Amino acid sequence: MPDVAPALVLRGLWRRFGAKTAVAGIDLDVPAGSFYGLVGPNGAGKTTTLLMATGLLRPDAGQVWVGGVDLWADPVRGKALLGVLPDGVRLFDRLTGAQLVTYAGLLHGLDRPTATRRASELLAAVDLVADRDTLVVDYSAGMAKKVSLACALVHAPRLLVLDEPFEAVDPVSAANIRDILAGYVRGGGTVIVSSHVMDLVQRMCDHVAVIAAGHVLAAGTLDEVRAGATLEDRFVEMVGGRTGGEGLAWLRTSSA
Amino acid sequence: MVAHLLRLKLTLTANGLRRSAWVLVGFVVGALYGVSVLIGSLVALGYVSTQAFALREMTGVLAGAGLVLVWWVVPLVAFGLDATMDPARFAPFPVPRSRLLVGLTLAGLLGVPGLLTLLGAVGSTVLWWREPAAIPVAIVGALLATLTCLLGSRALTGALARIVVRRRVREVGAALVVIPLVLAGPVLTRLIPAGYSLRDVDITPVVRVVAWTPLGAAWGLAPDVAAGRWGQAAGRLLVALATLAVAALAWDRSLRRALVEPVRETTRRRDRGLGLIRRVPATPLGAVYARCLTYWARDPRYALAVVMVPVLPIVFALVDPGGGFVLMAAPLSGFLMGWAISADIAYDGSAFWLHVACPVRGVVDRWGRALAAATVAVVVVVVLSVVSALLAHRPGLVPALVGSGLGMAGCALGVASVASALVVYPVRQPGDSPFSMRQGATLPAFLTQIGGWALVGALSLPVTVLAGVAVAGHPAAGWAALVVGPLLGAGVLAVGAWLGGRLLDRTGPDLLRRLLAMT
Repeated sequence: MPDVAPALVLRGLWRRFGAKTAVAGIDLDVPAGSFYGLVGPNGAGKTTTLLMATGLLRPDAGQVWVGGVDLWADPVRGKALLGVLPDGVRLFDRLTGAQLVTYAGLLHGLDRPTATRRASELLAAVDLVADRDTLVVDYSAGMAKKVSLACALVHAPRLLVLDEPFEAVDPVSAANIRDILAGYVRGGGTVIVSSHVMDLVQRMCDHVAVIAAGHVLAAGTLDEVRAGATLEDRFVEMVGGRTGGEGLAWLRTSSA
Repeated sequence: MVAHLLRLKLTLTANGLRRSAWVLVGFVVGALYGVSVLIGSLVALGYVSTQAFALREMTGVLAGAGLVLVWWVVPLVAFGLDATMDPARFAPFPVPRSRLLVGLTLAGLLGVPGLLTLLGAVGSTVLWWREPAAIPVAIVGALLATLTCLLGSRALTGALARIVVRRRVREVGAALVVIPLVLAGPVLTRLIPAGYSLRDVDITPVVRVVAWTPLGAAWGLAPDVAAGRWGQAAGRLLVALATLAVAALAWDRSLRRALVEPVRETTRRRDRGLGLIRRVPATPLGAVYARCLTYWARDPRYALAVVMVPVLPIVFALVDPGGGFVLMAAPLSGFLMGWAISADIAYDGSAFWLHVACPVRGVVDRWGRALAAATVAVVVVVVLSVVSALLAHRPGLVPALVGSGLGMAGCALGVASVASALVVYPVRQPGDSPFSMRQGATLPAFLTQIGGWALVGALSLPVTVLAGVAVAGHPAAGWAALVVGPLLGAGVLAVGAWLGGRLLDRTGPDLLRRLLAMT
């Protein structure tokens, strides 16, 4: 591990929803300057963990440190370091794309020339120039993802937390976004992405954590976690649940 | 297949009720209300059945035609009332269209409105107990009419779906429907006394004509048979059957289209540049202010509240023409505009995450929202004060009304700033029907409203008293109200925004969790 203060530290995070425990004691160290992938099956607690790590959901127990700041004790200082793209939330969709990104910039305390200039550049970078004056309510799912990403980047955060950033995004835009993120990491930023596309994580990330049923099963550099195999094989091995394709015999003999 | 669709409808209803106790309570209350209306209607029909033939014919045809009209028109504007059985959702399944049509029609019966309509229609045959020969015909007519309700509403929504789906049309349509509904009550109270003089006017021709229309034909069968007008009965039966056939065909056609090319919004709205965001001071507070003000203009849920404002003095003037009631318009609208922000975070829905994720103090959020609402409220209060003082022929009261209206607005803003930092409740999502009151967790919402209103009333008491004294004939008190009102309002708002901001710093993530759970 490099000799730098971690960008994000999670200690003993717990979160229950009614009778269901979504996150059961997660510890995680995300080194500064890493491109960190968070993988896990559906319902593993990835989204809940990321919401708690970004100050959007109060943990039942545990601590979150962002760049050395205790996020839940000093949220204003912590959140200034964070750029967030949550999954499954609405946007202020009666604003146009340009207005929304500028709005996010101003909320982060940027001055107007900076906010407007960065908004234009970001919209160009995520291929939304043609739709900058369209209301976000009329955006497709992929376009909404891209404009959210622009909002998360506008204040040049130290740590970028992205929940399923590539869902519904077309391949060309996805490649552009990967380039933006890679450049951001080269420039000293830290990125955490959650995904269940193993191939993507394997190609993009240098660190990875496998989460299942609210626990961390494995975490470390990509090579440590996959231990010689592909990430997908290691993932299936750790998480289990493969059925071996038995049964469903009727599906093999076409009844038509 | 038809049985499957009926079972699906029942399962969906049952699962919906199981989601929360409050949904169940709402359902039971709605059902009880419906049953009480049904019983009331049947009692009234029973009474009418002892009256002269002409009155029975008029009641049967006009009330029946009205019922059909409601079935046809309400779904057009009340989108979201029941989308559970939206035909487009069956697009992936290889269901023969004819069975889908029959199944969805009958599934429409399996609900509180459907069952009540069927029972009411069949119950209306009581009108003809004195002419036993007409009773079987009346029952057939009732069944035909019920089918006309179900098929006609499906056919019309299907045919217009492609127009109504356009957001702008739907939003404007909602406003155009809500305003007449609000005005309907007061207009009727003015018309009914006038109606007494109409008593001697014979409206039988109207009944005759209505009974020939698709709306009333099925209801005209029984009176025709009872009166022995066989030829006319046959003609109306023809009209009723043709109506059903046309409706079934029209729905079939729209169903065919819905199954292969689902409706989707195609127009895109644009707004050049940054709009208001470019004109405010470049601070978080300025940004929140500009965003909220943009929403007041652009989000129909806010815009509707502003559009309703001119309606207020008209309603008051109708209820109490030339009287002092109209003087309530300015203070009341001040209160309503101010209290509107109690639902501000709920209207944001999960988009509120952006405020939680940004390093923005709660007090900035509170002030931004309050100032945006205050900007609208000041304009509204001043205009309404002048208009209502002129309507009441008491121009000297303008200062008292402005003072009281601004005081009310400020107090309501202050209290709402605290309340909305503590409680969010389900509201209509953007694009929902104006009639769909989202159910669930209505008790805290209700308590917040009542408690908040009481508090606003108490806090604004000084300026209300001054305005009252001015109305009683002491102009000096009016000028005092003009001074005291804005000061009092600003004071309560300052305290409310500060307290609400402190609370929001703590409760922001918890509010967001509840908003996420609602969507």
